[in-house]
Amino acid sequence: MNQVPNRASSKAVMSGPDVSRAISRIAHEIVERNHGAHNVVLIGLQRGGTWIADVLAERIAQIEPNLVVPNGSLDVSMHRDDIGLRPIVPGAISEIPFDINCAVVVLVDDVLYTGRTVRAALEGLNNFGRPRAVQLAVIVDRGHRELPIRPDFVGKNIPTQASDEVDVSADGVTITAVES
Amino acid sequence: MKHCRSIDELGKEGLLRLLDSTDQMAEINRRPIPKVPALRGKTVVSLFFEDSTRTRLSFETAAKRLSAETMTFSVSTSSVNKGESLRDTVETITDMGVHAFVVRHKSAGVPWQIAQWTNASIINAGDGAHQHPTQALVDCYTVREAIGRHSLDGLNVTIVGDIKHSRVARSNIAAFTMLGARVTLVAPPTLLPPHTGQWPVQISHSLDEVLASTDVLYMLRLQSERMDQGLIPHLGEYGNRFGLTDVRAQRLQSSAVVMHPGPMNRGVEMHVDPADLPNSLIHKQVANGVSVRMAVLFDVLARGAEVNSLKEEVVA
Repeated sequence: MNQVPNRASSKAVMSGPDVSRAISRIAHEIVERNHGAHNVVLIGLQRGGTWIADVLAERIAQIEPNLVVPNGSLDVSMHRDDIGLRPIVPGAISEIPFDINCAVVVLVDDVLYTGRTVRAALEGLNNFGRPRAVQLAVIVDRGHRELPIRPDFVGKNIPTQASDEVDVSADGVTITAVES
Repeated sequence: MKHCRSIDELGKEGLLRLLDSTDQMAEINRRPIPKVPALRGKTVVSLFFEDSTRTRLSFETAAKRLSAETMTFSVSTSSVNKGESLRDTVETITDMGVHAFVVRHKSAGVPWQIAQWTNASIINAGDGAHQHPTQALVDCYTVREAIGRHSLDGLNVTIVGDIKHSRVARSNIAAFTMLGARVTLVAPPTLLPPHTGQWPVQISHSLDEVLASTDVLYMLRLQSERMDQGLIPHLGEYGNRFGLTDVRAQRLQSSAVVMHPGPMNRGVEMHVDPADLPNSLIHKQVANGVSVRMAVLFDVLARGAEVNSLKEEVVA
């Protein structure tokens, strides 16, 4: 049902409320998996993952009212393996104003695709310290992995063509089939 | 961009891009482990035919923090002493496989000349009295950081001293005016080049007259090593008229900042100890040097021009 036809068209696959409910569920799953949110820190990947990490932090605060979950962001552009192969995207600035040593880091991104961004993020995290564990939360897993990386928390699995473009925002998720 | 040789060549767009990118590099330098793999496999050679402390070290540090390989060319121990020409030196180094030359030379135009002999990128670390673009980037970034806003619109920048021999002044005049600042030059007539009429600047011969309206006071080093024509009668007199003394420092606006590209001639253009100045940016200039040069190296060496086929899909 979610298979996108191979023509130039946009299709909404999740509504705004769907995205919001998915983030709520992921918040509960993070708390459940880690037996509370003690020692959990969120790191949104620039740029698509940062707003999701912000919302996740709010939702976790509602579930665990006595706890503030530290929330940072990481720009992975200096750690990518395709530098020089594509135009440089103007960089966002990483902000991790807390110690990640011995913490459980939940990386947050909008779309999981090849896994190369996550690989770069894992490498980038090394510069900040040694987390006790790293988990991965994404709104959309669209398949086509090129590395042995899997998400721990998924909003929705959506099969796609490699040429599709997936757009995630608070207003929902759309897939645009691009004719090649 | 392929080369970084002058502010005019960069243009306003390039200038702004590099300043924004410097923010990102500064964040990397604040990390517990300030090193990223961005330029793995690239080789940068520093080719300095003139002396340098901070420019050379900051370029080499910048290259290492981006994981590039660095080679250092030292004129005093090289075959230049056996009569090897500049061209042969450049071609020899090119044959070893380098991606960027960081060049400092006493003659203006050398970075453009070298670019004809190699396919590597050229970064100008100072050519004669012509250009020193990375110093201007450092200074613009440092001022932006100090005033807390990106545009320098309406800011009064006063550049004092040996304009004639200063590549720093030439690059800074171009960069500061590109960002919207008003530049005033203060120097004795003998230390001004003949063609300042074409520059977008005001000229004054009295530091005391412009002190009160100055937001950024930029002191230049008196380049005694390039002075053999009796351009100033006496160092002491120069210091009295154009040096930053305690009295002058107190007459600055409370918000005004003081800069110097280094190395300082204490007792000539700098009578006060910069450590005693409340608004000295001199140490900030050095500290920001590494971040700025990382941004330049990354921009020059990580261009994505060759392959566009990956575009969107790898970003997801």
